Amino acid sequence: MSNAMQAVGKVGRFEEVVLPHLDAAYNLARWLVRNTHDAEDVVQEACLRAFKFFGGFQGGDPRAWLLKIVRNTSYSFLEKNRVVNLAEEFDEQIHVRDVPTFDAETIMVRDVESRMLHESLEELPVNFREVLVLRELEGLSYKEIAEMIGVPIGTVMSSLARGRDRLRESLLRARAREGMRGL
Amino acid sequence: MVCDDNSRLLHGYLDGELDLVRSLEIEEHMKTCPDCAQQLWSQQTLRKAFRSSNLYQRAPSSLAIRIRANLSQEVEREADATSQPKPISILTPRGKVWNWLAVAATILLAALLTWRAFPLVERRGTSDLVAQELVASHIRSLQPGHLFDVQSTDQHTVKPWFNGKLDFSPPVRDLTEEGFPLIGGRLDYIDHQSVAALVYQRRQHLINVFIWPADKRSANNLHSESSQGYNMVIGEFDGMYLCAVSDLSPGELQQFAQLIEK
Repeated sequence: MSNAMQAVGKVGRFEEVVLPHLDAAYNLARWLVRNTHDAEDVVQEACLRAFKFFGGFQGGDPRAWLLKIVRNTSYSFLEKNRVVNLAEEFDEQIHVRDVPTFDAETIMVRDVESRMLHESLEELPVNFREVLVLRELEGLSYKEIAEMIGVPIGTVMSSLARGRDRLRESLLRARAREGMRGL
Repeated sequence: MVCDDNSRLLHGYLDGELDLVRSLEIEEHMKTCPDCAQQLWSQQTLRKAFRSSNLYQRAPSSLAIRIRANLSQEVEREADATSQPKPISILTPRGKVWNWLAVAATILLAALLTWRAFPLVERRGTSDLVAQELVASHIRSLQPGHLFDVQSTDQHTVKPWFNGKLDFSPPVRDLTEEGFPLIGGRLDYIDHQSVAALVYQRRQHLINVFIWPADKRSANNLHSESSQGYNMVIGEFDGMYLCAVSDLSPGELQQFAQLIEK
């Protein structure tokens, strides 16, 4: 078999195994780089990288494999464009600082609009944003997330706890702003 | 247990990530700690908001097409890199003195490569070459800007477009109702002649149908086959060869071929 035909075969397998997860790849990239145009570029780049490494893909979950490459590509993009501070520390101590109390607030969260959730999620630091997207939108387990971003499982739980708290606080602020506009 | 610790574990509980013992501990704790119970409820509410939101961003359909085009380019690049021997620099860094050993090696290598390449070419049948041309043409059509000469879902626009461009009139039928919408057509060149190429779509997959008069000797031995990920179905219709090439499954492509020959 010629090289060209082998290469075409590689394309076929790649399209079969990896490309079904294009939505997941795009969703993650879109939430990490926060812009549709850049997300498309990142996914294209990531797919090309994935294709080059595809020979080394040993089976396993192709979605997690692709998402890891998308994540790395997104971070390279963010670093190159210097729009983000990646140094938000995963400090376990910070996560348990004063969590605000909830009573009336919870009622506001209950009927939160999709748009506000969208904006609030977008405003979160990238490390919280990514664990939330992987968990809530992609439905990955703590173990899968931990492997993907290279931290212990306990850290995934802490980041989710912190991220959700910050998201909720941000939602409440957005809610309050909306309320004031009505006055 | 202290509440500080619980507020973190509560998320593990919410996500179903705690073992049974820990889960039971959390549930016990909820019964006696209204703060934590409240927080759990609040987080469940947030999760519901997530679930009912439209936050999931789906890839635009054009992205898949662009990625497929990228891949074919990458394949061509890889093929080029492996089929052509790297030129050996025969000049020293000073650029004047010939390295005769390198020259000799190059000549020897070239001789070896030539000698090895000829038998391969001879062994390939003509029909095999046409099949390769068809797959290559399909892949090239997926590159940006190569898919259509005429972009239309209307068979009465696509068919007349070929008038005067070909010495035969290809059968053009829209199969939208059968789940294979026609999206356009173009002129292509297969086996030393101009052919019609119709483009159909099935979900995210594209199908190229190449059509040319059936009296050519080279196509006589063409047969339906899988070419490593791309499938090809050949049929004869009204004195013409119809060859569908796609990354669709063989079953679906066969189904398509039967529709188009009706």
